[in-house]
Amino acid sequence: MWRFISLRLLQAIPVILVVITVTFFLVRIAPGGPFDSEKAVTREVKAALETQYKLNLPLFQQYTAYLGDLAHGDLGPSFKYPGRSVNELIAAGFPVTAELGFYALLVALCIGGLAGIIAALRPNTAQDYVPMSLAMIGICMPSFLLGPLLVLIFGIHLDWLPVSGWGDIPGDKILPAITLGAGYAAYIARLGRAGMLEVLSQDYIRTARAKGLPEWQVVLKHSLRGGLIPVVAFLGPAFAGLLAGSFVVETIFQIPGLGRFYVQAAFNRDYTMILGTTVFLSVLIVLFNLLSDILAAWMNPRLRAQFGNN
Amino acid sequence: MQPRILRFLLLVTAVSLLAACGSGESNVTSGNREGILHFGNGSEPQGLDPHVVTGVPEHFIVGALFEGLATKNPYTLEPEPGVAQSWDISEDGRTITFHLNPAAKWSNGESMSATDYVWSWQRLLSPALGSEYAYMLFPVKNAEAFSKGRITDFSLVGVKALDDLTLQVTLDERTPYFIQLMDHYSTFAVHRATIEKFGKATDRFTPWTRVENMVSNGAFRLKTWQLYRRIEVEKSDTYWDRDNVKLNGIVFYPTENVVSEERMFRVGQLHYTASVPLGKIPVYQEMADTPYRQAPYLGTYYYLLNTTRPPTDKLKVRQALSMAVDRDKLNKTVLQGTNISAYSITPPDTLGYYPPKLFDYDVEKARQLLAEAGYPNGEGWPGLELTYNTSEDHRKVAVALQQMWQDALNIQVTLTNQEWKVYLDSITEMNFQIARRGWIGDYVDPNNFLDLFLAGGGNNNTGFASPDYDAMIQLEAPQAATREERYAVFYQAETLLMEQMPIIPLYTYTSKHLLHPSAKGMPPNLMDWTNFKYVWLDKDWQQASKGD
Repeated sequence: MWRFISLRLLQAIPVILVVITVTFFLVRIAPGGPFDSEKAVTREVKAALETQYKLNLPLFQQYTAYLGDLAHGDLGPSFKYPGRSVNELIAAGFPVTAELGFYALLVALCIGGLAGIIAALRPNTAQDYVPMSLAMIGICMPSFLLGPLLVLIFGIHLDWLPVSGWGDIPGDKILPAITLGAGYAAYIARLGRAGMLEVLSQDYIRTARAKGLPEWQVVLKHSLRGGLIPVVAFLGPAFAGLLAGSFVVETIFQIPGLGRFYVQAAFNRDYTMILGTTVFLSVLIVLFNLLSDILAAWMNPRLRAQFGNN
Repeated sequence: MQPRILRFLLLVTAVSLLAACGSGESNVTSGNREGILHFGNGSEPQGLDPHVVTGVPEHFIVGALFEGLATKNPYTLEPEPGVAQSWDISEDGRTITFHLNPAAKWSNGESMSATDYVWSWQRLLSPALGSEYAYMLFPVKNAEAFSKGRITDFSLVGVKALDDLTLQVTLDERTPYFIQLMDHYSTFAVHRATIEKFGKATDRFTPWTRVENMVSNGAFRLKTWQLYRRIEVEKSDTYWDRDNVKLNGIVFYPTENVVSEERMFRVGQLHYTASVPLGKIPVYQEMADTPYRQAPYLGTYYYLLNTTRPPTDKLKVRQALSMAVDRDKLNKTVLQGTNISAYSITPPDTLGYYPPKLFDYDVEKARQLLAEAGYPNGEGWPGLELTYNTSEDHRKVAVALQQMWQDALNIQVTLTNQEWKVYLDSITEMNFQIARRGWIGDYVDPNNFLDLFLAGGGNNNTGFASPDYDAMIQLEAPQAATREERYAVFYQAETLLMEQMPIIPLYTYTSKHLLHPSAKGMPPNLMDWTNFKYVWLDKDWQQASKGD
């Protein structure tokens, strides 16, 4: 097991290095720079700005300097927000995005997991079709449609929940969590159904039923662990996707999360911010994939045996 | 094990959802009671250093925290005393003496002095700081030379502290709008000791603007700054005119998404919005007692024509394109009647100045001009590419014009949208045939629009160059003795410009906001500027409106 983990971590290093290098040079190839603005900036001013941010050095020297700073955990100053470091901006945005992602995942697991199990119990009946149709709608409905719809209904017409913000007004975290979680709930429902169907047709389930166990015990005790393996395998990438993809929901609900910083940084050509967030997120994605692999191994005895032999 | 975890998770979710329900009173209600204005500010400010930042959201916050030598009356836009209680202008208009108010203090209690301004202006003009607004002080003698590194001795620049409370400024020429510039944040004084405590004067990124470090001199001082959430300022008890400040504080929200902002306004989270979604405007316009407010704004939306590339290098082609545009129809249909048709670059009534109108919508004339240019009824037309930055609103305008040109002149125009920075690059490099452009004035004076088209100017972007035009703007206008004479020169210059048609003016901007009826003292004005000193909140606004 440890060997597996350390091997995967070692594999991650070149991956992240490639990510850094490609991002570093790609953002510089993109037309326009961080100091271009609608009002023309004089040559002198532009030169002064480039000196302040060391953009006047040869590109390769900038690259090695960046790697050097990175090794010390320093992601550099933000170009767009003078006086703020990228570390600081990530530290401000990430906890919010992580919290939002966590709630969304919770919503997704509760709704999606339940729907998947219910559907799998009576395949090809109304009990299957209804939740699966809803799941299909959930996958198809983009968050930029679902979010405003929820706001209109619950925020404006019913006046039950706040329409925006994060942690300012009680209850303002509910609608964003549901909006972001809905699409993932739909995926989880489908994965859960497929997984459960496969497990429910196994011999050991027939045995369990044959020995007279009540149905709820068969489902919860014997099938769930096996049936939800595909869901668990999906969780790692899903959480990473939630972190990197929460931009739309953060914009709709005016949430001060990392997703907004990230996308804004790309528009602003905030080189250090783009790089910093990309590096940060790629490290997270690698870690979460590893985590979900470990979890899947723990849930699946066959995989566990493989590790044991190693 | 499994069901217990599941049950626990369900319970946690349910409890946290329930606990979160039941939001209490709205921001507007509590704000009116406590004297706190909730202000939709459009976006997170880049920073709060007056010499570093640019942009409208920054302008509002910096304007609440700092005050210039002079401020503006929000009703008339005429200068009013700020840090300077009065000023004298010499006969030739080249020497201005500011008399500082002895009661003017920094938020740490220190008195302000004329040397604060000398030091601050040196900082703004220092080449190493790279301030994008350094040019605001270029009317000052030798300021441009110092800023461009041609001289390094700041004592040669025309700003002197005669004593603690007297600041003398020497200008190159008479500059009627110079006092207005004293209300622009780039010319504000900053607190020397605070800045030097955290680094060199010319460092752009030191933490001196953080809540715990900031020293300012305005009607408000910084209270909290939560990134991408809110910035709160509270009434300053060291401000010289504190008795006339009616608000106890302001909360600025980075409302980037206009649609979300409008929803926040509807549920009473905001007193004021930075903008209004175009699609919602007709609904608001029809409401009785509408919170929607629209007013002329000092800005022009226009298309650049590249005069160095065919076919727009031909004057007749440029004229034909401009005349074939039905601006009133564009305004009525695409823009929901929210703007004012423009036929020149300077907005009408810019401090009493009205631009010339040399042409009108005239399809016949446009066809004839195009024929004379060698493309009768569009035959032999080489095609034309219109570049705009990616945005739904710009696209709508571009599509409408594409259609108008097709119908009126039978010519093909293709549309290309570019991401913002790519677009800026294309404009700067003049790598386009026709391109969208907008210009918002920094101060209320025709000069602010007309000096865009000086030969080789950084914001010219059309290739238009005329020595006669440059002479009028740079030499004749500053020497004019009266406002009438000066405006006559501008009128003549603008006529020359529009005869050459390097741009297609489309419309004059309007400012559009939602304003809660309880917020008073925020009159519409050409600069779309709010002087927070004048703002107050009417607790009894409901009764007041019933009584009317």
